[in-house]
Amino acid sequence: MTALHDATLALAPDATDDDVVAIPLRRPWRWISAAVVLLLVAAFASSVLTNPNIDFAAIGEFLFDPRILEGVWLTLLITAISMIVSTVLAIVVAAMRLSSNPVLSTVAWFYVWAFRGTPLLVQIVLWGYLGLLYAKLTVGIPFTDVVFWQVNTNELISAFVAGLLALTLNQAAYSSEIVRAGMLSVDEGQREASYSLGMSPLYTFRRVLLPQAMRVIIPPMGNETISMLKNTSLLSVIAVLEIYTQATVISSQNLKQVELLIVASLWYLFMTSVLSIPQYYLERRYGRGTSRTLPPTPLQRVRRALATRRPAPAPAPETKEVSVV
Amino acid sequence: MSATAPISPTVAEAPARALVEIRRVRKSFGAHEVLRDVSLAVPEGTVTVLLGPSGSGKSTLLRCINHLETIDGGRIIVDGELIGYRQAGHNIHEMTPKQIARQRRAIGMVFQRFNLFPHLTALENITEAPIGIGGVPRARARARANELLDRVGLAAFAGHYPAQLSGGQQQRVAIARALAMDPKLMLFDEPTSALDPELVGDVLDVMRELARDGMTMIVVTHEIGFARGVADQVVFMDGGVVVEAGRPEDVLDHPQRQRTRNFLESVR
Repeated sequence: MTALHDATLALAPDATDDDVVAIPLRRPWRWISAAVVLLLVAAFASSVLTNPNIDFAAIGEFLFDPRILEGVWLTLLITAISMIVSTVLAIVVAAMRLSSNPVLSTVAWFYVWAFRGTPLLVQIVLWGYLGLLYAKLTVGIPFTDVVFWQVNTNELISAFVAGLLALTLNQAAYSSEIVRAGMLSVDEGQREASYSLGMSPLYTFRRVLLPQAMRVIIPPMGNETISMLKNTSLLSVIAVLEIYTQATVISSQNLKQVELLIVASLWYLFMTSVLSIPQYYLERRYGRGTSRTLPPTPLQRVRRALATRRPAPAPAPETKEVSVV
Repeated sequence: MSATAPISPTVAEAPARALVEIRRVRKSFGAHEVLRDVSLAVPEGTVTVLLGPSGSGKSTLLRCINHLETIDGGRIIVDGELIGYRQAGHNIHEMTPKQIARQRRAIGMVFQRFNLFPHLTALENITEAPIGIGGVPRARARARANELLDRVGLAAFAGHYPAQLSGGQQQRVAIARALAMDPKLMLFDEPTSALDPELVGDVLDVMRELARDGMTMIVVTHEIGFARGVADQVVFMDGGVVVEAGRPEDVLDHPQRQRTRNFLESVR
């Protein structure tokens, strides 16, 4: 005790030397690497902007060309229909996969295996050729002569419908795995608690299991939607007039290929950016109860920033001089 | 529907009719026999505590009472109704999920791991079943839920999500959620086993009060103090059979069987 006391006393005369400022390590490479990257970006930008081979006026001219706008509309329409129908189908396939009925789960497994294991491009072309495979499509009772309804395949399956079918069936295979993962992520105790309250299996699925699975399902489904939007460009091989096909049709007439590809790319970028907004809000909605406080929405952030800026900052309290000596 | 007279909190009176009758129940998981010919009666308005080492079958028995587990043989009767099955000829046949769901409404259950719905607030956890399947009007269900939250000491936490509550608070919400369906019987499956020691008391207090109000309860627990103070009947199970059953002072203080004595020594 006394020894420690002595040691403190011994240090006391030099105590003023300890009043120093700690300086963080200087990191010059951060500045150097940033400068190099900025230089490369600037060089690339100037090479594009000053390139005499790019007709910027044409980009502006075609950006809102009626044919391009029609293509944009069709791209959005195909994306929306395929995503909605494929999600419904995916829930059915996932339920079949999770079923204890071995026939259902095996059929679901094969479905996913076949549609995930072949290229989307091949599937699209195959659906385009459906008329070669089945001249007529009939609705009736299998293996009997009972026919309720019949149509020529090529009348019903236009390029548009063939494209929708290909994208939807392919997407359902991927989405079903996402839905299945979501369902498996919900604790078994949730089902037991619901049942013990007298809820039916369907009610439990709808009100307890699905809302919790959605939290896991939504982020990858957002990705899938964005992929789908871009994959619609593959339908150009069966001449569906979505935006990429429209762009190539126009450029085959005026030979401004690069300009029209830029036009299409600008539209893709715009559409994918817009799509990420609903995803953010859906994630927020289904994230309820998982974190203690939800992060503010961008709108709330702006409001909060304005609210804090408006009142003048309170004057700092006067520092009271503390005499040490 | 006969209007039952309010149940007196004193149990030492004339023997009440059995609300739960378990007769020769058998249950196996694969080759492993979990329940072998278990029989048990629980009089209305009384508390039965199931004791026993892990793997003795006590939790499985509890889960059979609301048909979360199927049985292989025997009968479980709650309030005069065969649970989960329908008698046809000599055998009993399992009911459809919808019929079983209707029976379960009268049987509340509280789980070791609470199993609150994480995407709903405390209040919504309680009102979900009454509104969604009980057909209770929203306003009345909410008023009743607030009443129940007050009863378990959590009136201020109606808007909290389960993740914002402590384990003890979650378990009390879970009890309120089960009570919201106005059950005739409450099943507790190790309700305090997942709690920090300092939180156990609050949950046991709520259960004590519930017992005082005359609720018929079957409780699987290791809380010997609770069994001694609250139970009307203590049942000791081991190896899928009822080894000993009787009044708490008899089973806990003067056990007749060696197996019971060994168990009580190990938990003491």
